[in-house]
Amino acid sequence: MSTYYASLLAESGILLLGALSVYIILATGQLSLGNGAFMGIGAYLSSWLTVALNVPLTLALLISAIAAGIIGAIVAFPALRLKGIYLAMATVGFGEMVRSFFLNFDAMGGSGGYRGMQHISVGYVWLWAGGILIAVMLLERSRVWLEMQAVHDDETAAGLIGLNTTVTKIGAFGVGAAVAAISGGLFAHHNVYIEPANFGFDRSIEFVLAVILGGSTVGPGSLVGSLLLVFLPEFLRPIADWRLAAFGTLLIVVLLVRRQGILDRSLIRTLTFRRAAA
Amino acid sequence: MLIQQLVNGLTLGAVYTLLALSFSLVMGILGILNLAIAELFMIGGYLGFTLITAGFPLPVAVLGGMLGAAVIAIAIEKIGYQPLRDAPLVTPMLSTLGFSIILQNVATNIWGSDPAQLPDEYFGKQYSLGPVNIGEMQLIVLVATVVLVALVAYIVQKTPMGRALRAVAENREVARILGVSADRLTMLAFILSGSLAGVAGVLIALHYGTITPYLGVEIGLKAIAVMVIGGTRQIWGALVAGPLIGIAEVLTVAYGGSQVRDFVVYGFMILILLLRPQGLLGGARSDQGQRV
Repeated sequence: MSTYYASLLAESGILLLGALSVYIILATGQLSLGNGAFMGIGAYLSSWLTVALNVPLTLALLISAIAAGIIGAIVAFPALRLKGIYLAMATVGFGEMVRSFFLNFDAMGGSGGYRGMQHISVGYVWLWAGGILIAVMLLERSRVWLEMQAVHDDETAAGLIGLNTTVTKIGAFGVGAAVAAISGGLFAHHNVYIEPANFGFDRSIEFVLAVILGGSTVGPGSLVGSLLLVFLPEFLRPIADWRLAAFGTLLIVVLLVRRQGILDRSLIRTLTFRRAAA
Repeated sequence: MLIQQLVNGLTLGAVYTLLALSFSLVMGILGILNLAIAELFMIGGYLGFTLITAGFPLPVAVLGGMLGAAVIAIAIEKIGYQPLRDAPLVTPMLSTLGFSIILQNVATNIWGSDPAQLPDEYFGKQYSLGPVNIGEMQLIVLVATVVLVALVAYIVQKTPMGRALRAVAENREVARILGVSADRLTMLAFILSGSLAGVAGVLIALHYGTITPYLGVEIGLKAIAVMVIGGTRQIWGALVAGPLIGIAEVLTVAYGGSQVRDFVVYGFMILILLLRPQGLLGGARSDQGQRV
């Protein structure tokens, strides 16, 4: 494998984690357009831990995930008052505030960025990405997931049958933020350089794109989406200058012909030759 | 120089107002965030820029930017919104994102990614009112904003078309039952919104005398914040919130350093969302019931 493809593969693993972070939150009916910020928190915190304090990388990633998870839960608390597009816009605001914070955070380079991290291999990235994807797929078979779906489908009804919707929604935000932070930590240590612009609105949108394109109803959809998002523009290289326009067009076409995303339950069944459950 | 800062803030705020209004015309009626509006604004700016440098007078440039953006808005509605209108809100939002990617790429290929500069001779006179300097373009921006907002307010509040728009915004289903053609009005909302974005683009491009394909990204998110602060449901909100944010921004840059300003603006937006989701001027009703 050439280093070129290895780095694309690492990129898609990092994007997969970002996409999963959105997916987990979306499963409770909440759209976050600010997960780039949680990614940034994970990137900055884990970099500081490994560079300044010499903490081993895996431990640093876990600490950043927990820290971002707590921040995510704290953010989710006031956000419980908001729904739909209003929640989405609030998360945009949160994302821009965090980016702006890092821009002014001179202790870690401010707008100049931060460097000095040890480089990690694509294998290490995918150990995390694959592991968390499997964890999410296991979660999808659990009772907790059914409760999340219930909150997604009808929050009021879910509350009436005795589910604690507050805990479910805040929990999803916290776990989503933690996964985004891992994505950020891996990004930082793969690129060995970070700057606030890496974690802006574009990044948050990229996560959502991967989920919606790949399929927002099943976990592996995020895998399809992130592979597509990273590799497709590479295949479009022959039309160099126009490839983003081509990519935008493809995006619209996919949304028009397959609004549930490329992968959904029935497609998985077809692919695995399993009969539909009665 | 406080008064000078206020005047500059007011000009920036005027552009925010126009763009916020453009966002809320679609948001208020359809509940979707049209992310391509930022790029319609940028394309409008380039069209106006091109017309001015080709020797056309200002009104032609403004009209050109407006028509160009309106035509693209129609295409976005037809291709990217109509077929997806009963999908979850995030789907049409992402299809508008697709258009925004395309438009930015096309603009980069046509006009290049370097900033385009307006030659010096196109800058109008500077008027001095005591200690304050006001450029000709700055005056035009301010006056045009007032006129355009009044025009949109008139259309929405006084005409039968506007009444129908408000009916659809209030309750799409009931409006349909009462014989309002929601489809035609959706198109109308997109056209109005696109035209406004186009005009705003021409004005800001000529005011600054420079433009890049990334102009929309820089100002678009801010305009969304202004829309939220003013209230997504009515026009007067943007008229107050635009200047407020424009002035707040210019003042924080002048007295607090250039990089705290985004922190202030978006912090204020979140505060408004949490404490007064109907916006500064909104009434009691707010609609936060939409599903993603």
